[in-house]
Amino acid sequence: MLVLHSWLSEFAPGLAHHDPEVIGDAMSALGLCCEEVTRYGGQLDGIVVARVLELAPHPDADRIQLVQVDAGDGQPLQICCGAFNMAVGDLVPLATLGTTMPSGMEIARRKLRGEYSNGMLCSGSELELASDDSGIMILDAASVPGTSLSEALEIEPDALFDLDLTPNRPDALSVIGVARDLAAHFGTAFMLPSFELPTSGDPAESLATVDVQDGELCGRFTALVLSDITVGESPDWLATRLTRCGMRPINSIVDISNYVMLEFGQPSHTFDIDKVTDSTLRIRRANQGEMITTLDGAERALIPTDGVIADGNDDVIGIAGVMGGASTEISATTTRVLLEAAWWQPTSIGATSKRLGLRSEASSRFEKGVDPNIASAACARFAQLAIATGATLHPGEIVFADGSIPDRTPITVRPTRVNALLGSDISIEQMASYLDPIGFTAIAHGPDLLVELPSWRPDSTGEIDVVEEIARHHGYERLGKTVPSSGGRLGALTEIQRDRRTAAATLRALGVSEAKPMPFLAPGDLERFGIRTDAVSVTNPLVTEESVLRTSTLPGLVLSLARNAARRSTGVWLFEMGHCFAQGPGAETHEEWDELGIALAGVDATRAVAFATAVVASLGRPEVRVTSAEIAGLHPTRAATLTSGGMLIGEVGEVDPIVTEALGIAERVGWVRLDLDALFDIPKAVVTAAPISRFPPSDLDLALVLNEAVSAHVLVDALSSAHPLVTDATLFDVYRSEALGADVRSLTCSIRLQSADRTMTDEDLTEARASLLSVAAALGAELRS
Amino acid sequence: MSSIPEQVASLVVEAISGIERANTLGELKAREADFLGKTSTIASLQASLRDLPAGDRKDAGRAIGEARSDMERAVETRRVALAAVERRRLLDAERLDLSEVTNPPRIGHVHPIRQISEWLEDVFVGLGYTVEEGPEIESDWYNFEALNMPDGHPARSMWDTLYLDVGEPETVVLRTHTSPVQIRTMLTQEPPIYMVAPGKTFRRDTADATHLPMFHQIEGLVIDRGITFADLAGTIELFVKAMFGEDRTTRLRPSFFPFTEPSAEFDISTPDGGWLELGGCGMVHPNVLRAGGIDPEEYSGFAFGFGIDRLAKERFELSDIRELVTNDIRFLEQF
Repeated sequence: MLVLHSWLSEFAPGLAHHDPEVIGDAMSALGLCCEEVTRYGGQLDGIVVARVLELAPHPDADRIQLVQVDAGDGQPLQICCGAFNMAVGDLVPLATLGTTMPSGMEIARRKLRGEYSNGMLCSGSELELASDDSGIMILDAASVPGTSLSEALEIEPDALFDLDLTPNRPDALSVIGVARDLAAHFGTAFMLPSFELPTSGDPAESLATVDVQDGELCGRFTALVLSDITVGESPDWLATRLTRCGMRPINSIVDISNYVMLEFGQPSHTFDIDKVTDSTLRIRRANQGEMITTLDGAERALIPTDGVIADGNDDVIGIAGVMGGASTEISATTTRVLLEAAWWQPTSIGATSKRLGLRSEASSRFEKGVDPNIASAACARFAQLAIATGATLHPGEIVFADGSIPDRTPITVRPTRVNALLGSDISIEQMASYLDPIGFTAIAHGPDLLVELPSWRPDSTGEIDVVEEIARHHGYERLGKTVPSSGGRLGALTEIQRDRRTAAATLRALGVSEAKPMPFLAPGDLERFGIRTDAVSVTNPLVTEESVLRTSTLPGLVLSLARNAARRSTGVWLFEMGHCFAQGPGAETHEEWDELGIALAGVDATRAVAFATAVVASLGRPEVRVTSAEIAGLHPTRAATLTSGGMLIGEVGEVDPIVTEALGIAERVGWVRLDLDALFDIPKAVVTAAPISRFPPSDLDLALVLNEAVSAHVLVDALSSAHPLVTDATLFDVYRSEALGADVRSLTCSIRLQSADRTMTDEDLTEARASLLSVAAALGAELRS
Repeated sequence: MSSIPEQVASLVVEAISGIERANTLGELKAREADFLGKTSTIASLQASLRDLPAGDRKDAGRAIGEARSDMERAVETRRVALAAVERRRLLDAERLDLSEVTNPPRIGHVHPIRQISEWLEDVFVGLGYTVEEGPEIESDWYNFEALNMPDGHPARSMWDTLYLDVGEPETVVLRTHTSPVQIRTMLTQEPPIYMVAPGKTFRRDTADATHLPMFHQIEGLVIDRGITFADLAGTIELFVKAMFGEDRTTRLRPSFFPFTEPSAEFDISTPDGGWLELGGCGMVHPNVLRAGGIDPEEYSGFAFGFGIDRLAKERFELSDIRELVTNDIRFLEQF
């Protein structure tokens, strides 16, 4: 919302005495966030009226001429000028030496191709007075050389406030709404004008008929009839105000309608009454399939929830509150108009404008809520401005006032409650003094206040709304700053939250960096990655590339690796903890789970297992076990499921080389996916400290030849539990050779033997070794010869 | 022939000189054998003692014993000296230039969003808050309706919502704010509630230098008896000082959110004397308390929320927040 200082001051004259910056700050303090203050008139300092005395070609430049001007002292002053639209005797604006132009440029004495220029002649656009930049601005002949331009043009300094309004303040979409709030803030008077307008001719009631058939749709309807209309250009002052407030002047009638909308917040519409069949307006809901050509020339089909205005023939001539029809539009030949201002049901207008994709200044106001009691004043204001252009107002208003409008029954406000919520100590009288000027008229009612709800504040319906009004006008900055006493509460992270941090810290220590890809994928991505495709999709994506929600952290991480590879970063290790989504088992359900993905460029599947093992171990869960499996999206012979304590917790392997190659990743990509919900469900291993043996250990290495079909960890597990003296068994080396045979490999395991309670004997060691070889033999493993 | 003590005296002189001239531990070992071994002069003198008259035997024996000790001491002294030299030689041979580090161990980098998020969590945990979480796919009820935005409420247009193909059209959304966690917490916990909820949020927006369709927020909610607007202002000031320093201050400006009333935007002072808009806050609207099963006449509360990405942008001076989701390792390695 753009609003002018001068316009505000018409309704709250006291505001004229306040500096625009102070007013801007006050607006923000009231919740009418002022983003920018633009000043007018102030930047014409140094610009004077000058008379052209002589024009001569520049001796050394074709595109510049030498202009001698009289800047008020009667002496010729030479200016070099690139424009040729002026004649001797013309009055033009001259920027004198030292002037700062609106653009910020400083005017100094300069030499242009050997000729001095003692200032600059200005175009309208250079002075930001007009958009015309085709030549130097030629001034009215009555001006006197030497007078300041602002004086010559009678420019009053003004300021424009750019407000970023919240949807609860439709009242502030008008000059009077902003002026009312500001007047209350500054303690100055606020007045709405009263209108006493001359009328003549037949009464309005005899010239037109209004038939409101749907009082839910149309709460209020007011109409006036005006004749002797001339559709022309608006006066400068009105056109300037509209332009500054962001509206393009169109013609005198449309401009007045817009002016009144900005001023009172009431949109209005004018019909060329001679084009309305039977001069009758019928307000009803549309019939399915009814058509209308709107003012913008588009033909639109209507549905029964749309509100319309129809004529005496029941043909639709306007979409209520959204846009008028082309058939009854004002034109250059229009002489009689019917002006209407209505209150339309906000959600109905909102639905229609959204459905048709038609959002106008009018519809957005109706949607947010117009003051249902302002139509009569707005129509009078319209008539007043139209009369000034020669129009005649017919006596009488056509009014429909029987429709539904929001309930405005006064409410009870408890001052104790107000202070309890604000942490304040505001007296009841003070509260009333904040409320009265903004229409929340408050009267004492026992210990409480009975507060009227103003018709222009549809957002305010209950006590809490009044609390906010009191806080606003008391000033947020005057309310205190305290901290609630913690009352002995302990703050803490949950165990899962601590576990997530631990996992991140472990991965960081392992050299893996955290990524945060967005969860959006393009259609076909899941298929391309070969992973589950029963995804949840966005029904209204801005771009289709971001319409599918990921079913795994894999695509986001691998795409990140691809982007890094394209930028020549190789060996990149990334992890992510985040939610993934899929369609649920039922038609109207979905799944959402927390996942940890680790993508390791240049790392093979067995190394990837080590990362999974480390993370799970750092979380205190039972040691990870792998079981070879074919897993969607992964290398078919280098993938395994992960379990901990017998529970499936994820998968490990390498990303399918078809996928990485297609993405231009030259390295193998090791992959770990942990289902964090499943992992965190597994109880942590209970730690009870075992005594540390004081007796000497004995180490032995066994090179065992084992069939490829048996996993290494099966052998290691068997060795670990082969004999009570075995305290540790780890895989130490893997060796394959032709000599060994095609289907086998040699696995060297390091084994430590130790007794908790004695020094082992040679017999102990022999017996343990025999047990180890025996369990190995049971798996088909023999000592390598 | 000289007496045994005389022979011993000259032997000691000869031996000590020989021992001190040994230049390696090997040489020393040989000298030790020469002078103290089974075939040494001193050993034969010792053996000859039994042939001496009993009267001389005692003096000669003492002289031999002392000589032996002197020689042994000399050997030991020389051994210590030579061992030190030898160790030094070995150590010199394995001299390293400690700047020749190749293939250093990697350290990973924590994402800036996590850094800020955990930092905020820690501040509020320190104030006695818990950290609550909720799903990113939300129902219309949690995301809007329970937050005092019934169907068709004009304030819904404040959020550009992404709807999902789950259930009836436009009933399931990617949450547009972390505020649904307020409702979830109220419905599962009894007051007093002191919580923050950091998390991902989504909006229908084109990614540019200052906007992302996925971003991060942190929500705060306090519900207790007698909570006031002043408590809200004071809590915000407290955490801002903790985060940005004691010299910072805050201000609240009236604003509008359907789920709070009175509502405010909160700004923090900047070192250059300006104000930086950080987030929104307010007293929990009675309708929201009711939706959460809490009696607004018994309890009151405040809520606040702000963007973590925005904080990261300020703190790390990011010129383009798309870097936060691009995952270029050269970006991540800076944190």
